[in-house]
Amino acid sequence: MLDRAAENILPPKPGVGYKPQHFSNILADPDPVSWLEIHAENYMGDGGRPLAQLRHLAERFPVSVHGVGLSIGGEGPLDRDHLDRLRNLVSWLDPASFSEHLAWSTHDAEFLNDLLPLPYTERTLARVVSHIDQVQETLGRRMLLENPSVYVEFAQSSLDEIAFLTEIARRTGCGLLLDVNNVYVSCVNRRQDPQDYIRRFPHALVGEIHLGGHDEDRDDTGQPLLIDAHGSEVVDPVWQLYARTIDFGGAKPTLIEWDNDVPDWPILAAEAARAAGILAPVIPAGAPA
Amino acid sequence: MNQSDFRAALLDPDLPVPTGVTDPEGRPAPRRFNVYRNNVTASLTEALRQAFPVVRALVGEEFFTAMAQVHLRAYPPRSPLLMFYGEDMPQFLRDFAPVSHLGYLPDVARLELCLRRAYHAADAAPVAVDVLQALPPDRLMAARLVLAPAVRLLRSDWPVHAIWAANTRAAPPPREMRGEDVLVARPAYDPLPIVLPEGAGAFVDALAKGETLAEAIDISPEFDLTATLGILLSANAITRIQEEAAP
Amino acid sequence: MSHSIKTLAVASSLAAALTAHFAAPAAAQEKEKCFGVALAKQNDCAAGPGTTCAGTSKVDYQGNAWKLVPAGTCTTMELPDGRMGSLEALDRDLPQG
Repeated sequence: MLDRAAENILPPKPGVGYKPQHFSNILADPDPVSWLEIHAENYMGDGGRPLAQLRHLAERFPVSVHGVGLSIGGEGPLDRDHLDRLRNLVSWLDPASFSEHLAWSTHDAEFLNDLLPLPYTERTLARVVSHIDQVQETLGRRMLLENPSVYVEFAQSSLDEIAFLTEIARRTGCGLLLDVNNVYVSCVNRRQDPQDYIRRFPHALVGEIHLGGHDEDRDDTGQPLLIDAHGSEVVDPVWQLYARTIDFGGAKPTLIEWDNDVPDWPILAAEAARAAGILAPVIPAGAPA
Repeated sequence: MNQSDFRAALLDPDLPVPTGVTDPEGRPAPRRFNVYRNNVTASLTEALRQAFPVVRALVGEEFFTAMAQVHLRAYPPRSPLLMFYGEDMPQFLRDFAPVSHLGYLPDVARLELCLRRAYHAADAAPVAVDVLQALPPDRLMAARLVLAPAVRLLRSDWPVHAIWAANTRAAPPPREMRGEDVLVARPAYDPLPIVLPEGAGAFVDALAKGETLAEAIDISPEFDLTATLGILLSANAITRIQEEAAP
Repeated sequence: MSHSIKTLAVASSLAAALTAHFAAPAAAQEKEKCFGVALAKQNDCAAGPGTTCAGTSKVDYQGNAWKLVPAGTCTTMELPDGRMGSLEALDRDLPQG
């Protein structure tokens, strides 16, 4: 049993994606980071240092479990073994939140290690809904589903992404994880207006926000193509979009994601501080400290 | 577009971009599709690079990267747990003609796999020393020494530990051409490979298979029992003494 | 060696091993053991190198177009008997198994 020091909910404050190299920094001086997110798959071993670290941290911070391998958008059935591993992790850790992606990564039992895109149709909608039903039933809890970064369009898509996500939430009861960087990346890549996307998003369903850095590339016609690389600071246009998001939806738990070229702790903490600066004025008085 | 076509084209750059995958204006968009090809290939290559640092040092960065791309197409991961990716590497290295002259490479890969498996193995407290001390010799001989979940035994025809050490801790290259039996254990949270005394591989193998101490000694060729028990104890490799009959 | 003599020999081996074990330094504290980084690549949700050629280069291994040769430490390790050269020489010195 974990002996928790903090209330087991994600506060409407900054968190960071946990990296083992920051273990001692986080214990020594976590400020302004209030909670941590882990990738579920890295804590599915049987023991050893990863789980020891996680137990240690989970007694001090609210933890969000973010899956990257469930392949909720896959054409085939969910991987039962993987779902069982996830149930085991969620059962002993009892995280403050569980989230996964609107994407697929497994096909015919092969894991491709990328968040692959799916067309938005009535058929794919029904499949995602049934997979989320199965996940929520297995875990015995509500999950959050994250909007993807996409690089291509599908000729067969018939539904708008926001309509697709909203309908999934309506049919399954799941919440949404709004990745503001993904909104920016996808809108630039699809030649859509990110401000309009944020304005139309169902903010009441949002349980968590993600922020991260992206790379700039060029598509086949030489136009900008943004890549969700998580290897740099959040750019100014994404911070502005984030501020708009908070205007619409209020203060939400906000994660800084930095997965590639992971920086020293002070740089990551500075990103969290910037998010705190945007959140602070909006947190309602009397909210949990 | 279905996911079978998408997956096939992901790992085969000779295949065309799947039908219906376009840019926002509905035009074919191979560069955009290549983002996914690159994500898959680059991330799995990186996973193999980090999983097999000694194999990589032995063959060099450029060769390893090219070889990893052959490997990941032949053996894509079968589990979302990236930390265990590479289980097929020893077999792949045995079959891969450009390294057929490096006969020890598959066993180096096996050692690196053992270290990763040990790293993620279940925790287990070592046997209490007073339990061992209190056991009369005849009961000790009839008992089974239960090994920790992290323990792995790698019996190699090559000086696999010496090759590993020479590439990780600036140890000198192998002094002898003989094979080595390597115990991988996890005294705390860091896995540790230890060369067993000559002949002790059969003994540890017998213990791992659940033989009694007496049987394990009988099965083995002559070996240094004191040194071997010392290694097992200091590496926290023995978790308990099981006296009742094996299930 | 008779059974009883062997039993006594094993007991004294164990006693010697335990004595040596006691002489070893104490294990690190629990919290210290927690420090340290992961041993393998972790799962994450980042994308890779964009439109560069990592995933699109042809891997023409079957077509005998493979030109690379191993060029790491395997070519420079000093062999035990003083020969300089590749550990691949082990091939000749060891039974295949």
